[in-house]
Amino acid sequence: MHPAPSVIVFTTLSGLGFGLLFWLGLGLPAVSGWVAFVFFAIGFGLAIGGLLASTFHLGHPERAIKAFSQWRSSWLSREGVAAVAALLVMGAYAALLIFFDIKVTLLGWIGAVLSLVTVYATSMIYAQLSTIPRWKTPLTPALLLAIALAGGALLAGQITYAQILLPIAGVLQVLWWVRGDGALLQSGTNMASATGLGDIGTVRAFEPPHTGTNYLLRELVYQVGRKHALKLRAMALMLGYILPVLLILIPFAHALAAVAVICHLAGIAASRWLFFAEAEHVVGLYYGKR
Amino acid sequence: MTQLPEKTDRKLGLVIDLDTCVGCHACVISCKGWNTENYGAPLSDQEPYGGHPSGTFLNRVHSYEVQPLATSAMPHPAAQLVHFPKSCLHCEDAPCVTVCPTGASYKRVEDGIVLVNESDCIGCGLCAWACPYGARELDAAEGVMKKCTLCVDRIYNENLPEVDRVPACVRTCPAGARHFGDFADPDSNVSKLTAERGGMDLMPEQGTKPVNKYLPPRPKDQMDQIDVLAPFLAPVMDEPKGFLGWLDKALEKI
Ligand code: SF4
Ligand code: SF4
Repeated sequence: MHPAPSVIVFTTLSGLGFGLLFWLGLGLPAVSGWVAFVFFAIGFGLAIGGLLASTFHLGHPERAIKAFSQWRSSWLSREGVAAVAALLVMGAYAALLIFFDIKVTLLGWIGAVLSLVTVYATSMIYAQLSTIPRWKTPLTPALLLAIALAGGALLAGQITYAQILLPIAGVLQVLWWVRGDGALLQSGTNMASATGLGDIGTVRAFEPPHTGTNYLLRELVYQVGRKHALKLRAMALMLGYILPVLLILIPFAHALAAVAVICHLAGIAASRWLFFAEAEHVVGLYYGKR
Repeated sequence: MTQLPEKTDRKLGLVIDLDTCVGCHACVISCKGWNTENYGAPLSDQEPYGGHPSGTFLNRVHSYEVQPLATSAMPHPAAQLVHFPKSCLHCEDAPCVTVCPTGASYKRVEDGIVLVNESDCIGCGLCAWACPYGARELDAAEGVMKKCTLCVDRIYNENLPEVDRVPACVRTCPAGARHFGDFADPDSNVSKLTAERGGMDLMPEQGTKPVNKYLPPRPKDQMDQIDVLAPFLAPVMDEPKGFLGWLDKALEKI
């Protein structure tokens, strides 16, 4: 799959943003006044910035409002609805907290749950696709939720929670990679089933339908950079999970926490790039590729 | 509405005969021609005469080489070349429809055709991700999703002579490798062909229940080699002699 920068920025930033909003909704840390304003501004900035970035890859962003209509069947639509609901509820909670110093605990909890629902809906956009066996697993929502929760905890200064959640996310990440590497083979979709010609013999792509490239090859059969995958995985694991944990194990200092957050974000961005670049769409089989 | 209908009244679709297709790509051209001039946004090309031509097509023809396994009776079986046209299969459980956030993609209750309402499409591309067959392409100029419409603007078009009220690819195929009809009717031409020739689904494990069926290539004839002239054509002399022999050796030395 083509790792479009807009989608990588979107899933990385908004995941972190909704993760932070989750902790703020729970009242962790219990902030008020100006400090609350700064925390919420960061949360909203990340979440909304990510959502805006995601509209950049649309062919017709001006019609984006229509995407809220099909929540009965479409995870993409559900994501949009959940995101708006989470932002509205958290917005109301934050406004009351910051400007009137009123803390409506229930509102915060609802906002926290909606934030997680948003991340879950995002992950299901990928995890629902049988066409991309690497993504089609409950591990995908588990991983994206764990990353959002861990990153949110880190950003919210919830060091104890971050110390537990970052390693969990790291383990899920490794499990996700290991399972993913065998997923296409496991799925049972191959050139024989794609062409139906397997009963006759071994199928080989002889000639593609077109001499140049096309939308399908650019978007779904992206193969550039897969050869660096192992190096990138090591980097993602180091930056995204291991270094942040080590940094916050050192007695808590704000400067180090900031470094931990930046490391984490860079690592997650690398892992998200791999999420797309390594994903094999079954349509590649028609071209004899994976 | 991107929920799928429980059931469609008819199941219009194609039978594609892999035994007959000669790989001429005429269906690709007629499809592009008809669909760029009629219903919906035209199918654009980028750099058609430049260094990196690419464009939107609703139908493409792959070619595969199939190598049968060697058996004791056939120690060196010949590989078979199979031309393989591929367009939307108008799946019964179309995953492209349910993922669409806007309701632009839908499956028609009356005849099962899967269509895109281009004025609702935001060009998010998710339906192309969900289709296992590569049947959907986002048009680079229009920013909307394009796919086979089963020539919905031909098959019901009373301005066309009756013989032309079939999809452009079916009408144009010089080999008669494409057939159009209603799979819900067990007596239709397509249902009969499917039953007779063992019509198959592509990627059945993906659970899309495609309507279009593919007829597998028939087994090739096995003929014993009969060559009455061969014995007379055996070489009469292995080594050149005399002047030719001398020339042969002399040339070899140089
Ligand atoms: S072939 Fe692809 S585009 Fe056509 S109905 Fe099936 S899933 Fe949808
Ligand atoms: S590209 Fe258009 S038709 Fe396809 S899922 Fe997105 S909005 Fe629906």
